[in-house]
Amino acid sequence: MVQYPSIDWLAIAPLIVLLGGTLLVLVTGSLTKVWPRGLYAVSTAVLSAAALVVEMVLWNRVGHEGPVSIINDALAIDRFTLFVWIGVTIATGLVSLSTSEYLRREQLEGPETYTMYVCAAIGAMIMAASNDMVVLFLGLETLSIALYVLAASHRRRVDSQESGLKYFVLGGFASAFFLYGIALVYGAVGTTNIARSGQLLSQQVFVKGDDALLLAGVALLMVGLAFKVAAVPFHFWTPDVYQGAPTPSTSFMASVGKFAAFAAMLRVLTTALGPRADDWRPVVWVLAIASVVVGSILAIVQSDVKRMLAYSSIGHAGFILIGVEAAGHAGDQDGIPSSLLYLLLYSVLVIGTFTVVSLVTRSGDRASDIGSFRGLGKERPLLALAMTVFLLAQAGMPVTSGFIAKFSVIKAAADNESYAVAIVAMVASVVSAFLYLRIMISMWMSDAESGDEAREKVTVPWTAGVVVLASVVFTLVAGVFPGWLIDATRDALVVVR
Amino acid sequence: MSLIAAVTPTTTWYLVLGAVLFGIGAVGVLVRRNPLVMFMCIELMLNAVNLSFVALAKRLGDIGGQTTVFFVMVVAAAEVVVGLGIIVSIMRRRPGATADDIAELKG
Repeated sequence: MVQYPSIDWLAIAPLIVLLGGTLLVLVTGSLTKVWPRGLYAVSTAVLSAAALVVEMVLWNRVGHEGPVSIINDALAIDRFTLFVWIGVTIATGLVSLSTSEYLRREQLEGPETYTMYVCAAIGAMIMAASNDMVVLFLGLETLSIALYVLAASHRRRVDSQESGLKYFVLGGFASAFFLYGIALVYGAVGTTNIARSGQLLSQQVFVKGDDALLLAGVALLMVGLAFKVAAVPFHFWTPDVYQGAPTPSTSFMASVGKFAAFAAMLRVLTTALGPRADDWRPVVWVLAIASVVVGSILAIVQSDVKRMLAYSSIGHAGFILIGVEAAGHAGDQDGIPSSLLYLLLYSVLVIGTFTVVSLVTRSGDRASDIGSFRGLGKERPLLALAMTVFLLAQAGMPVTSGFIAKFSVIKAAADNESYAVAIVAMVASVVSAFLYLRIMISMWMSDAESGDEAREKVTVPWTAGVVVLASVVFTLVAGVFPGWLIDATRDALVVVR
Repeated sequence: MSLIAAVTPTTTWYLVLGAVLFGIGAVGVLVRRNPLVMFMCIELMLNAVNLSFVALAKRLGDIGGQTTVFFVMVVAAAEVVVGLGIIVSIMRRRPGATADDIAELKG
């Protein structure tokens, strides 16, 4: 007689709502004629909102009853998980809305893209919640496979297909490294469970040279995770994939993809390998410094806005890695909260930014060079103003959320006496401001050139308008009143161990 | 003959074999230019990991590592579906393309 594990249905209700809802949309959508304008997107956004409500209920429940480990310790439901779930769900809803008119313009309308978003989001949520490395791998692949399809989903553009192929080959390559890391850590520790690995490693004393298997495993895990978060030197795929993929898919990768990869990284490193923090912290230190420096400098020399934003996302990944590095110091209380805060604030920012970019690239999704932003300040002043807010926030301007995000990770580094990282990060932040200024100058101050009148006008459909407005409001509100968000990230420190 | 019979393979042998296969796969992805062959090399890497999982599970006397192999096989199958889909849609447009030909994106 097989013993089945008991299942806490409420705890996995957000996943069930998303999966069931999106399958319903997919099946009815493919059996019926094309739905009225924007309905696929709105129904996906409603689905995200429903999942969000359940997540809020769970947030309260975990507050009263404490974190739980469910389904035979496969998933950990704590406030760390729920914070990531809430972030991923909000991002999915926003990206779905911003996709609606894009698909219409590119004549790709249909429910498939939205289903891919939601499937990827489910993978991301499983990654964040996983309390077992094998479950983590399954979540990672669910996310990645959906992202490969999204990258290649513009069927008539060669660029999109190429970015899909590149992402697929390099992503599969990195997944193999990650899986090999899991195998070796399993061999050294004797379990794939994350919480139990942490307990075992804190008791186990390795004689010198005896832990080669574990160290090799940790190194391979770091390669796989660093690839997924696009940290230098594992970043080569990012500019090509971000440029070639359809712009809304790019914003999904930059928000949800990064959120999930960093959540997985934080959980594996701090919970499973927490007792061996002295082994992985130097690696994260190097990745963080390399990413902020290379991301900021290479972004400046690009001429394509999507490539610029790809390099800037590498720089932002470096900032989040600074928070991860801080989390590796003994007794640290700031590393995990500051990383989570950065991830949430950056996700909203990047979705807003790419939504504006997707409107400016015009039909065919081709005009993503910096020249296509020329004269946007005159043509669409409000859109240009919103873009300015996003760019200033990404540069770390006070009164915006970007400042709070950068301040919190640099403070976490300084509190743990990682002064070198903090100083490099501040310098890189100044250097990268140059890149954001370049786009702003192009929008507001460049003179019109011949042929500009012949360009297609930039239109702002209401769905994309709502996303841009919501992102601007959140960016400013979180920049002026960050207290409630910081408190929420502090609650995420209590995890399943 | 007696020399060969006297040697019994240990877990380490399988781990070394797994590492060698993984290395062959990794080098293959980096040096080969045909998308399909690159893809086969990734499959080789995944199967090398499977071999390591089984060997380690045997050594630890734990069933977990062996069941993991089934999950990995399912994931690899799902990857095949998506990967071949992308490759076919590129090949339709440009027959005989190698990884070097597919290089529109750079900067």
